[in-house]
This record gives sequence, C-alpha cells and structure tokens, in this order.
Amino acid sequence: MPDYTLRIRRYNPETGKAPYWDQYTVTLDTHEAVLTGILEVKNRHDGSLGVRCSCRSAICGSCGMRINGQPGLACNTQVGDAVKRSKDGSNTIVIEPMGNMPVIRDLIVDMDAVHWKKVGRVTPWLLAKEPVPEREYIVPRESMVDVTQTMACIQCGSCVSDCLAMEADPEFIGPAALAKAYRFVGDPRDAQHQQRLEDLAEDPHGLYTCTHCFKCIDACPKDVAPMSQIMRLRRIAGQDHHIEDVNNGERHEQAFVVLIKKYGLLAEADIVPRSYGGNGITGGKFSPKSGQQIAQSLPFLVKAVLRGKVSIKETLIPHRLAPEDRAQIKTIFETVKGREKRNELNLYITGYDEDGDPHTEPVSTDKEGATA
Amino acid sequence: MTKVAYWPGCVSRGFTPELHGAMNLVAPKLGLDLVQLNRGSCTGAGVLAEHNQELVDTLNGRTFALAQQVDQAEFMMNICSTCQGAMSESQERLDANKEYRHDVNHTLAQFGLSYEKGIVNKNFLWVLVEDIGLDKLKSLVTNPLTNLKVGPFYGCYIVRPVERLHINDENPRDTYLPKVIEALGGTVIDYAGSHKCCGFPIITMNKEASLKQAGTHLTDAQEASADCLVTPCPLCHLNLDMQQPVAAKAVGNMELHMPVLHLPQLVGLALGISPKELGMNKHVVRPTSVIDWSETVIGSIPA
Repeated sequence: MPDYTLRIRRYNPETGKAPYWDQYTVTLDTHEAVLTGILEVKNRHDGSLGVRCSCRSAICGSCGMRINGQPGLACNTQVGDAVKRSKDGSNTIVIEPMGNMPVIRDLIVDMDAVHWKKVGRVTPWLLAKEPVPEREYIVPRESMVDVTQTMACIQCGSCVSDCLAMEADPEFIGPAALAKAYRFVGDPRDAQHQQRLEDLAEDPHGLYTCTHCFKCIDACPKDVAPMSQIMRLRRIAGQDHHIEDVNNGERHEQAFVVLIKKYGLLAEADIVPRSYGGNGITGGKFSPKSGQQIAQSLPFLVKAVLRGKVSIKETLIPHRLAPEDRAQIKTIFETVKGREKRNELNLYITGYDEDGDPHTEPVSTDKEGATA
Repeated sequence: MTKVAYWPGCVSRGFTPELHGAMNLVAPKLGLDLVQLNRGSCTGAGVLAEHNQELVDTLNGRTFALAQQVDQAEFMMNICSTCQGAMSESQERLDANKEYRHDVNHTLAQFGLSYEKGIVNKNFLWVLVEDIGLDKLKSLVTNPLTNLKVGPFYGCYIVRPVERLHINDENPRDTYLPKVIEALGGTVIDYAGSHKCCGFPIITMNKEASLKQAGTHLTDAQEASADCLVTPCPLCHLNLDMQQPVAAKAVGNMELHMPVLHLPQLVGLALGISPKELGMNKHVVRPTSVIDWSETVIGSIPA
C-alpha cells in the first residue's frame, strides 16, 4: 500500500495563534477515503485534530472540506483521486477547512454563521396551498421528479465553500440556499411561488449576484447543480412571474434576447444602456439610470475609443448578420417562443441516450461531400 | 495545413477586435486554415441559456450545422472561453437526447440545416496543446518570451464543469495555460486567481462585487510579481483590462498596472509578429511591461 502525506491546516482561534500546517504520513490503499486517513491521524498521531464526521457514507454531509484545492466530502474522496490534483505531482494531499465560513477549529467551520443562516433566509419549508386536501395533494409526476435534484442536497456546504460570488460579496445568499429555494418554487403544492421569487429579486445580494462560475456544480457531491437551479429560478421569475429585480438582472437578460433576435450577434455597446434603462424605443440610452452608468464609464470608454479598441461607428451601428441570416434567427426565436410550454431538458432526470457516452470525446465533424 | 471551421464570436469582432485580428495573423504560422463561420449567431453567453434553453440550443445547433457543412474541416474552433462554455452546454443537451435533438433539427429544417451529433468544438487553447502540440509550438518560436512573467487567467466557462468540457486525466484542459506559456519561453506565475471568475457576468447587476473580483485577481497577480496576464476569454479581458482603472479603485490598489494579453497575442509575440500588428496598442492598460514600443519583446532582449 502506498504512503500518503496529509498536509493539514491547523487553527484554534481560542489560542490567539496564527494558523499553521501539520504533516503526517499514512499508509492507505488508493481507493480508501481521505477521511480514513484523517481519522488515522487523529487516532494514532494527534487526538487534538478537530474534524467533524459521522456516517462515512456521503449522506450526513458533515465532513465537507477542501482537499487539494477542491471542496467536497472527505468520506467519498478517494486518496488515489485526490493526489491527481496534487500541485507538485507527489503523493501529498493538502487538507483545509471549507472557505467562506469562519473556522471554529482546524477542519471544523461555523456552518451556523453562514450556511444555515442563508438557508433559513429562503423559508425552507412548504407553504401549502389552501385548502389543504383531506388526503394527499394530487400533482403531476414530472413536477415532483423535477425537484428531486434539489432534494438530493445533504447540506454539506461544499458549494458555499467555494462560491466565487460569495467570496466577493459575503452577503450573497449563495448556491445552497438558492437551490433550496427552487425546491419549493418548483413544487406545485407550494402557494407562495411569486412571493418567494419577489423576495429573492428584491434582495440586491439575492437571485442576480450569481456569476455563472460553475464552481458549485463541480463542488457538489450529490449532483444538485445549484447554479442550474439558480438559472431556473431566474427563468421562472422573469418569464412566468414578470418580476423586475433590483439588480437589473431581468432587464439584462431581456437586452440579450432583444439584441440577438434583432442582429444575430451581440451588440455590446447596446447592452449596458438596455440593462440599466430597459428595452424602450431608445434602447434605454436616455434613462437616468443608464446615463449615470455611462457617465461613470466615460473615462475609459474615451480611452477605448482613442486606442482604436472601440470605434464610434461600431458603437452607433452595431455589427450584425446578413439579412437572410437575421431572418433565420428571427424564425428560431418565433418558433421556440411560440411553444405553449418551454422545452427544457434536465440531464439529471433524463440521463444520456444509451448509444452515446457523453464523457468521451465525440467523433470528428468532418462530413465528406458536404457543401460549404 | 489543418482546415478548421472557425467561430470568432461577437466580442472578438466588437469590443476586442485585436483578438480576432491576432488570431488571423497567428493561424497560418501554426498551420491552421481558418474558414470563418460568418453566418453563425451569438452563443448566448450563458445569459440566453437562463432565458430559454431550447432557444439557445437551436441557435448553437444552427452554428454547429453550419460548421459541419465546411468541407474537409477537421474540427470547429473558437477563441472565447464563454463561447466554448455556452456551446458545450448546448452540445451536451443536443448530443444526450435524440428526441430533443429532433425538436431542434425540426426548427433548423426550415433553413435546410441539420445538426448531426458529435461535433468537435475546441477553444484555441485546447487546439494548441492537443492538435498542434507543445513540441511543434516550441519549434515555431522565434522570439522566446525569456524572463517574461505571465499569469494565466482561464475564464470560468473553459474550466468548469469538468465533465461537460471533457477535462480528464487524458486531457487535463485546466492545466494547459502554464504549459503554453512555458513552450513560448515565458515564466509562469502561480497566483490565487487563475481559475476564478473575473466578475464580468455581474458587472451590470452587482458592480461592486464584479469589480472587486477583477481587482482582487489583478492585485494577486501583481503581488506574485507577474508582468502580465494572458487569457483565452475576451469577456474576462473586458473586466480585467477595460475596467481595470475602476477595478483598481474598487480594491484600493492605486499602483495597479497589469497588462492583459489575449492568448493569440502572446503566441504571436513569440512567433515574431510585431506588437502593433497584434493590436497590443489597443488595450486600455498599455502593455509597457511586456514590450517596448520599439517593437521588441522586452523579455527577448539579450542580456
């Protein structure tokens, strides 16, 4: 069995001393869990090591931590996989407490101060439709299948740990809480969809602070894909409930829709005024809100123009596709938007067709004899 | 020459024209014959996907179908991390489910187009490592970037989620930038922000957080003594270069002066193309630490 070096970040705020690193060597099979190594250290070398764990089966959500830079559960991360991310290619596994939350001791973080507070913020229980039926609610099967993805969350905090938006804005409600919000917004038995979404849209650190960085998707040990749930919340808030948020998020999205439908390409110069000022006939250019933004941006916009990066012509007459292509784009918009129900595909639910493995590189695009 | 169906994206022809220009100069030197997909549309940049999945998948399916019509093209290539991510997302759904693909192709049939599952669509960074190869790249270098300290900045869409982007042991695509920098003769700077978010997606929604993200990564690179950053994403370039003066204010770093190069520009410098031709005079932050305006790569001046 190979030897692994566990490099563990130690910290006890009560001592007043700075954090430091301890290093231990453990002998493990490649398929054994990082947690097994940590517990061996605790049992044989240093009983004072602070670590939280319970089930050792990836269901209690207690042992979230950063392992060689990646957040996840120590009990379902094999040492053999962890060392593949080792920076120097050695058998070293760097183990740190989760990020975005204060450390209580060593690998134990204060989940109450951040994670649970944020989850509590979204009213994480069903606000049942009245009247409550005598027996069970009858709901379509698909709608319950749809929320099973967020129900898979075990509240381990791995997604919160590495949320890059929360790193910059600690008040951001974050991926775990928003995924929990979708669990009820997607539930047909819940009576407060509109209020739940309005609440998130009225919070400047709410629905529209997510930056699409995909960190939470890779962090989640249960494939909840919190970011995908956030995008569904936005979709439902903007299109089904017509909620205007305080972050211009919905207007920003509408600006994309209008501009791509019109030009086929993205006219960047038009995005900013429309995102702040809306899609009126002037494209938001004369709204006070966008005026203020443009004024703020003026110094470097002028610089960009002077350097030849942005031309005035380009700013006034956005680039666009040829007329026949624009017509095709418009037809696509009309066809898709003309559907009674949005056609969505959630791969978590549907899986992949059996004839193709999505995780291998597909075959060449080359099509002989095709015309250019 | 390798024939490639080339999708330049919108921003590379709009606010960062120097990127598209640099790519066109670099391509023939690398043996790439770019057939530009002028009829393709915006990939939706993740924003359209949050609006309507089928809409964005049909738009991208259309571009894929156009790419598949390019006779003898070996693969499709893009020069924008965000395009890569948005298109990979569409492709994942289109390739996974026959019925869904049929729905999309039904719309495309109106234009005589059809997407056949399994297109190979790669960012220029992946092409450099997987198709051209680091040894070949090294052999083409005429002006090695000796002593130039370069910090990599990927852009989220090209490093996550790993499964969708086929990042695995065989193709560790989230480790390519340092390898390319080294092949060009440069020195890699390791700093905290290389795989983080530049903040651009929320610049109109939460400006403070967005600028703080850009400012923090730029400052981290500065403290790690980088001369410049290099990125395969023009949207990251907008937040890191164009917004740098305001990002500097947002994090209270008035000493910030960090040039940000597009990936084809860095490659072009090492292959002997002049900074001016590569459009390096068009950046908001002048790349004075990278080149002097007598058009020499500073790093390449013999001691």
